[in-house]
Amino acid sequence: MTAAFLYGAAGLLLFALGLWSLLVHEPLLRKLIAFNIMGSGVFHLFIAVAHRSDGSSPDPVPHALVLTGIVVAVSATALALALNSRLEEADAKASSSKTTPSGAPEPNTTARTGLPKPSSNGANRLRWPSR
Amino acid sequence: MNRDLSLLIGILVSLLALLLIWIFYTTLAADPGPRLAPLALEQLPNSGVSHPVTAVLLNYRAYDTLLELAVLLAAILGIWSLGPAPSGFQPAGPALTVLANWIVPLAIITGGYLLWVGGHAPGGAFQAGALLGSAGVILRLAGHERAGLPNEAAQRWLVVAGVGLFLLVGLLLAVFGAGFLTYPKASAKWLILLIETAATIAIGSTLAAAYVGGRPPLAQSTSAASKDLGA
Repeated sequence: MTAAFLYGAAGLLLFALGLWSLLVHEPLLRKLIAFNIMGSGVFHLFIAVAHRSDGSSPDPVPHALVLTGIVVAVSATALALALNSRLEEADAKASSSKTTPSGAPEPNTTARTGLPKPSSNGANRLRWPSR
Repeated sequence: MNRDLSLLIGILVSLLALLLIWIFYTTLAADPGPRLAPLALEQLPNSGVSHPVTAVLLNYRAYDTLLELAVLLAAILGIWSLGPAPSGFQPAGPALTVLANWIVPLAIITGGYLLWVGGHAPGGAFQAGALLGSAGVILRLAGHERAGLPNEAAQRWLVVAGVGLFLLVGLLLAVFGAGFLTYPKASAKWLILLIETAATIAIGSTLAAAYVGGRPPLAQSTSAASKDLGA
């Protein structure tokens, strides 16, 4: 009982921390991480609920739900990251066409390093903010 | 964001956390009531597998797992619809190349083991698929542009393999058997193993393709990259 309560309460705390971060922080990447932390909290809670205090084997139904939930969370996060990087690209393109009206394309650093190119304005989604 | 507002949000979220923890405590303290666990364990000999979690995933709640594979498929379709993948990384240094050459085969073998062992111990399609996906991530980091996956046409077959075979088995059982995804007891084990194998391949290739982050790159650049990797 105590072990299950501590484990589940830790999951609820993770959920609350993630929810707070999701609401307070502006960059999409931080929101995404916060959302994943909320999900981890829910998984914690499910595992804690599956625990049986009488020493019998744990309830397999929540375990199975968590197992599928993890894979769904990973794939949804991948989709969100892909959307985020496209947004970042579009913002970088928009701001670079604004700053260079001659139309000369900037050297494409993304192709070489695989990392998004930092831009001067807008496009701060992938950067950690200084609150 | 406004500092007062974030403080207010912090207080409200803390109150919510306290409320949830209190509800959780009283729920734990109360009589648990009837649960699904005894039923799941009681029906285990009829499920075709001897591990309760696998029985729940592939037999009792097979519907759930089918739809979950459909969610994976939807996610990868969304990623592919965003356009071509960003370029890969530079070819790996010698240490990473050797590491990838060792780890990827080991991950594939371990994935196969996890798939088989899921019938009677912790393991199964999801764990095995996650390992295959991580092998793909390592390959991509080591400079293989398509994360070890075949060309785009073949990748489409791979990512629909899980949900396709699952649906096919379900529909065949609905027409010729006892009902949608109601396995006959004699062949339950082999049907589950068949579905799990297809699901493993689909999950692994979907996760690896999701890591690539867009429609698969063209063939010629990949053959160059894999030559680099093999060298």
